[in-house]
Amino acid sequence: MKIHEYQGKQLFKKHQINIPIGIPAMSIDEALEAYDKLDSDVVAIKAQIHAGGRGKGGGVKIAMNKLDAEKHIKNIFGMNLITHQTGDEGKKVERLYLESGVNIKDEFYAAITLDRNKEMDVFMVSSEGGIEIEKVAAESPEKIIKIWINPLVGIKSFQIRKLAFGLGLSGNAFKEATQIFYKMYECYQKNDASILEINPLVVTEDDKIVALDSKFNFDSNALFRQKQILEMRDLSEEDEMEIEASQYNLNYIKLDGNVGCMVNGAGLAMATMDIIKIAGGEPANFLDVGGTASAETVKNGFRIILSDKNVKSILINIFGGIVRCDRVAKGVVQAVGELGLSVPVIVRLSGTNAEEAKEILSNSDVSVIPATGMKDAAEKAVKAINN
Amino acid sequence: MSILVNKNSKVIVQGITGSEGEFHTKQMLEYGTNIVGGVTPGKGGQKTINEAINVYNSVEESVKETGANTSIIFVPPPFAADAIIESSYAGIGLIVCITEGVPIQDMVKVKQVVEQNGTRLIGPNCPGIITVDECKLGIMPGFICQKGNIGVVSKSGTLTYEAIDQLVNSGLGQTTAIGIGGDPIIGTSMKDCLELFQEDPETEGVVIIGEIGGQMEIEAAQWAKENMSKPIAGFIAGQTAPPGKRMGHAGAIVSGGNDTAKAKMDFLEKCDIAVSESVADIGALMKSLMN
Repeated sequence: MKIHEYQGKQLFKKHQINIPIGIPAMSIDEALEAYDKLDSDVVAIKAQIHAGGRGKGGGVKIAMNKLDAEKHIKNIFGMNLITHQTGDEGKKVERLYLESGVNIKDEFYAAITLDRNKEMDVFMVSSEGGIEIEKVAAESPEKIIKIWINPLVGIKSFQIRKLAFGLGLSGNAFKEATQIFYKMYECYQKNDASILEINPLVVTEDDKIVALDSKFNFDSNALFRQKQILEMRDLSEEDEMEIEASQYNLNYIKLDGNVGCMVNGAGLAMATMDIIKIAGGEPANFLDVGGTASAETVKNGFRIILSDKNVKSILINIFGGIVRCDRVAKGVVQAVGELGLSVPVIVRLSGTNAEEAKEILSNSDVSVIPATGMKDAAEKAVKAINN
Repeated sequence: MSILVNKNSKVIVQGITGSEGEFHTKQMLEYGTNIVGGVTPGKGGQKTINEAINVYNSVEESVKETGANTSIIFVPPPFAADAIIESSYAGIGLIVCITEGVPIQDMVKVKQVVEQNGTRLIGPNCPGIITVDECKLGIMPGFICQKGNIGVVSKSGTLTYEAIDQLVNSGLGQTTAIGIGGDPIIGTSMKDCLELFQEDPETEGVVIIGEIGGQMEIEAAQWAKENMSKPIAGFIAGQTAPPGKRMGHAGAIVSGGNDTAKAKMDFLEKCDIAVSESVADIGALMKSLMN
């Protein structure tokens, strides 16, 4: 789960990580009021959306006076911000964050995330602040300093010193950086974050260390014990149908194609998407209905898939294990009948009682196309579009 | 022979009185798994599953009473890490954790503990492990398997069943099938399983099923290239998965250039592993390698 920059900065404040003075605003009026309240010569006006690349897309502007500020606030609020992460459709800006400017002496990059290979959290810093870390990693990997944190021991002082020395810091800036790095790990760990990134982390003219940006991602498996984080969730940043699907315990992701699919199990669901492509079609979605696949689940699945108007055929692929195929077949027949579907439905059931299932499907009065094997099913689903 | 479990494995079920634990205990018993006890804190002294299985308050107690050496876990996510560590401390040698949704921070710690104690952990978020006709330690449909000489290791549940089904249809049986789980941090890696299959005299070929996210398939392929004498058929799910989106499994997410299905398929091929582009051809591919 992601949060906005200003919410991340509220977390920073709680964990005693320095941030510039800032005020979030949910309307143009609030933003103008916030500008007056900040009473600062230089104010940054920042669009609050979850995607990165906001500056390049025109969603971050610096105002040197009130006239400037009014212009930027009115331009950015409500704009459709397109960045490399939003896709072509962009994202409407409905929240702003106004922040007092700081005098920057130096810019760094600092982040903590899970290293899946080492199976530990990794803390990375780089003297190349303000630019994308992927670029630094590709072009000058020696400029990234990393330490790995043994979870049973925690982060150690010598490791934190290594990070701060690596950035070439000394004096007060060194001392403050070591404190802030420690707080960053605490903030990451206590909130079950999976990414905590500050880019840039700056040294000010008076040798203070300040976080100018914040980027968080949280482990969704841990949200049951992170009520405060869960409260920061902004549903307008998420796909409506994905939210609805999750309420039915279905795992749905919308894609761009026109062959809808409904599958039990995440791995098989991905493999089904892939084989639709191999058969010459384009998958419209990922949908894992989980282990049960009852009539109710199948019905909800159909509703979700058909909310996407591009869908021209639907492939149901269930491997019956503990769940018996004949039961799934009955569920499919019932759901198709009740919903009165207009698109062709191709059904492939394999595993327990698959033969009985086939009979149920062919004897039913609703029109479903039975298939044997995944290849046959995918080919029939793609062919059905062109009919 | 086989790997990890067989008819001599003495199994306890952690969370045996929960609905999932109870249901799958019955299924495992039907398959012939030697279940010697169950653990539910606070319900020690009771009997469950038609009064046939003793319930204990702790894993330690159950080990003392039954000599159990293997455990399977069906407890809810907030308590799963504790359950794994409890078993590890009690001297259980092999733990299978079925639970889906264990926090990453918990698993990072668990991983250190099981490694220090020399415990073998499978999962979490996995279907478990089955040694055909001997021991089912998981939630897979046992009857789809047939005894034979192919090992199967996979990150996914139903995709494992699909592969087993295709193997059977191609006339190939299995020794052991392992679902290692789709989380970012798991106990036993794909490479670990290849090592075990390589050592097992009964296993003559291996199917590996991976997916987008992480580098586990790469590590396994690299190891296989240098050490494995048995043929391997591979499949990677998620060729059409968009980057940055989590595809059901917590670990199934493309987050760079080297964890895509394409990158992994190319690497596997470079390591002399036969790769099936389509999920429908896994069984036939393995068959062609065995001829």
